Amino acid sequence: MRQSLVIRLVLLVVCLGAAGIYLAPSFVSGLWFLPENGIRLGLDLQGGSHLVLEVEVEKAVENRMRRMRTALRDELRERGIAFKGLEINSAGELVVTAPQGSTERIRELLTAEFPQLEVSASSAGADGAELRAAFVARELENIRDFAVDQTLETIRNRIDQFGVTEPTIQRQGQHDILVQLPGIQDPERAKALIGKTALLEFKLVDERGDVQAAEQSGAPPGREVLYGYEDRASSGVRREKVPYLLEARTLMTGDAIADANVRRGDQLEGLYVELALNSVGSTAFDRLTGENVGRLLAIVLDGRVYSAPQIRERISGGVASITGNFSFQEARDLAIVLRAGALPAPVKILEERTVGPSLGRDSVEKGVFSFILGSVLVLIFMMAYYRGAGVLADVALVLNIFFMMAILAGFEAVLTLPGIAGIILTLGMAVDANVLINERIREEVRNGKSPRSAVDTGYERAIPAILDSNLTTFLAGVILFQFGTGPIRGFAVTLCVGILTTVISAVYGTRIYYDYRLTRRNLVRLSV
Amino acid sequence: MEIIKPGTRIPFLSYRRWGFILSSVLIVGVLLLLFTKGPNLGVDFEGGTMVHVKFGDAVTIGQLRAALDQSPLGGVVQDFGGGGAGEYLIRMEKSTAQIDTVGRDIRNVLDQGFGQGSYEVLRVESVGPKVGDDLRRRGILSVIFATIMMGAYIWIRFELRFGLGAIVALIHDVLITLGALVVANFELDLPIVAALLTIAGYSVNDTVVICDRIRENMRKYRRDSMEKIINTSINETLGRTILTTVTTLLVLTALLVLGGGVIRPFAFTLFVGFLAGLYSTIFVATPTILFFEKGRRR
Repeated sequence: MRQSLVIRLVLLVVCLGAAGIYLAPSFVSGLWFLPENGIRLGLDLQGGSHLVLEVEVEKAVENRMRRMRTALRDELRERGIAFKGLEINSAGELVVTAPQGSTERIRELLTAEFPQLEVSASSAGADGAELRAAFVARELENIRDFAVDQTLETIRNRIDQFGVTEPTIQRQGQHDILVQLPGIQDPERAKALIGKTALLEFKLVDERGDVQAAEQSGAPPGREVLYGYEDRASSGVRREKVPYLLEARTLMTGDAIADANVRRGDQLEGLYVELALNSVGSTAFDRLTGENVGRLLAIVLDGRVYSAPQIRERISGGVASITGNFSFQEARDLAIVLRAGALPAPVKILEERTVGPSLGRDSVEKGVFSFILGSVLVLIFMMAYYRGAGVLADVALVLNIFFMMAILAGFEAVLTLPGIAGIILTLGMAVDANVLINERIREEVRNGKSPRSAVDTGYERAIPAILDSNLTTFLAGVILFQFGTGPIRGFAVTLCVGILTTVISAVYGTRIYYDYRLTRRNLVRLSV
Repeated sequence: MEIIKPGTRIPFLSYRRWGFILSSVLIVGVLLLLFTKGPNLGVDFEGGTMVHVKFGDAVTIGQLRAALDQSPLGGVVQDFGGGGAGEYLIRMEKSTAQIDTVGRDIRNVLDQGFGQGSYEVLRVESVGPKVGDDLRRRGILSVIFATIMMGAYIWIRFELRFGLGAIVALIHDVLITLGALVVANFELDLPIVAALLTIAGYSVNDTVVICDRIRENMRKYRRDSMEKIINTSINETLGRTILTTVTTLLVLTALLVLGGGVIRPFAFTLFVGFLAGLYSTIFVATPTILFFEKGRRR
């Protein structure tokens, strides 16, 4: 008895110490022996944005198929294999039409050089044969997977450059990405920055074609109409929509960019974004400007024409620029997305939850205040009701909260508003365990038992009820965690951790005191 | 100090008819309410967008409605936190609100109507239809699973009829709380589902304590009738039942009154649920156990 008491006391002290170490970083920081992180506040408490983005992976598959088509065309030409047509049909399959004689050679080429593709169907007609090829299942999965990963990396880059402390960016489910930006001041701007595909394309303007006609009756083959938005001083309209007739072929994309920076031009130009091109990009740009001197080169970002300057001379320095009446913020954000690169597929926002910083602060203050007030009321009530045993129960309650916070801090759990409610609830339920024990001891005392045997039977009889009742609530907590998201999980975690600490502190913690009293002195009367 | 004197013998079970009538009336009322008016689903489950704004100057709800009605956005405006504080909730259906731009659109309308900087956007919650469906599915599944698992636990630990009593009481508590939410016009969202599950856990918790005592007394007083044993057990644990509920309600009252507007629906749900739990433990769970006991003896 005596020995086990000593062991338990030592255990209690060790637990207290460990709890103190884990809890300390939540209040003070920078001490070498302390863990790095304390309890983190959830977005609902410190303010910030929670976004769930869906990566439209099918777009990435389409893009990839288009590249396969270009590659196949080049191969066919290089090998001198005759073909009539090379198209992508509505089902996303690559359709090759060729004279009868060359189908076998095309088939061989496909199996030898394009293992990602498999011939899904072929048919022979009077004027030739048709081969249809699609991605093999594994390749399809790879493309999708890679698109999500690359989107995630790109978004991470953008956010890093935007400057958010401790962002969370992770995959969720199959094709979704979860982004959490704590303490962010301008959520709209961040959203625009993250959601932008940022596909930069250089295309030539068709100056001879009729823009108006193309706008009304559709662009001729190989051409497309895109719009730009320009300030027109003469008409006094800000951001007027201007149509451009462009050659559909993309001469260069944002892949060629090594760096992008905001520069201040002269009065007329205002701010512009300067692009430094990588070596491949420099060569391509050198050639494309050299071949098209005098023509207009449109700079298109996500289908919108930013500017279409005239190519005055061959540009070989590897530097290009985008102008467009930017505010500083716009120019900076544009530079960030260009630097971080384009998303491999567009993203769609599925879910947004944003809490302004002031509401978060307000919630913390009110939550903490009501928590302290509620706790004090409970502590006073217990003391009045059970006197000595009440004080003991109070000590157990305070220790319970202390341990609970320490475990949460140790797990680096995120404290949300429902989480605070969970802690408050735990407090209420922790009282229950103590009440069950004390009521039992009272009963046993009333039945005329000695203090020692009253304590023993009291605990013994109360424990099954405590365990059963807490286990059922624990089950509810586990299910909440399993099915819940975000703040609900925070609640489930605090609830489950709270139940654990409750059972331990009420059943084992308080028992230490009684055993101590009972072994040291002859306890005659229990204050219960 | 003692609330319940030892040796108290209140014949609770002889009032079980009244309890049955009261509960039946309440449950029928709740079901009618749920099927006619229906629960007020929040954006979590229905999809759409909710924007919580706070105005510096006094802008009435009418002015805000007028400004929104003139815009293509539309939206339903609701007072937040009892009025007078200049805080409003603007709710938009999923069809009119594009998540990518809705925040900016709202800001534009408010800038035009009331001037830049005259207001603060405290919260934006947008849920796309796909996520909304998923959350609703998860919510329903979690409630069903929790009920089954807790019932099964009690069945294994005690007896089948105890498990049945616990489940009947649990469904009773959750339904009554849902009814109270509809009457009080609070929106059903994720934190509320968490609160409902907590009530389920708590309700079972309460029932377990009494079941535990019944089982003990069944061994102790072998000759007594089941009705007498259950009644003794209720009385013996009455002090604990009341004490625990009172302390928990004490904390919840603090949360309800001082916790702030965001947490109030959550605290309200728990408050009503725990009160219902106190009642149902005595007047629903134990009579159910007795009912199945009688059925077995015949």
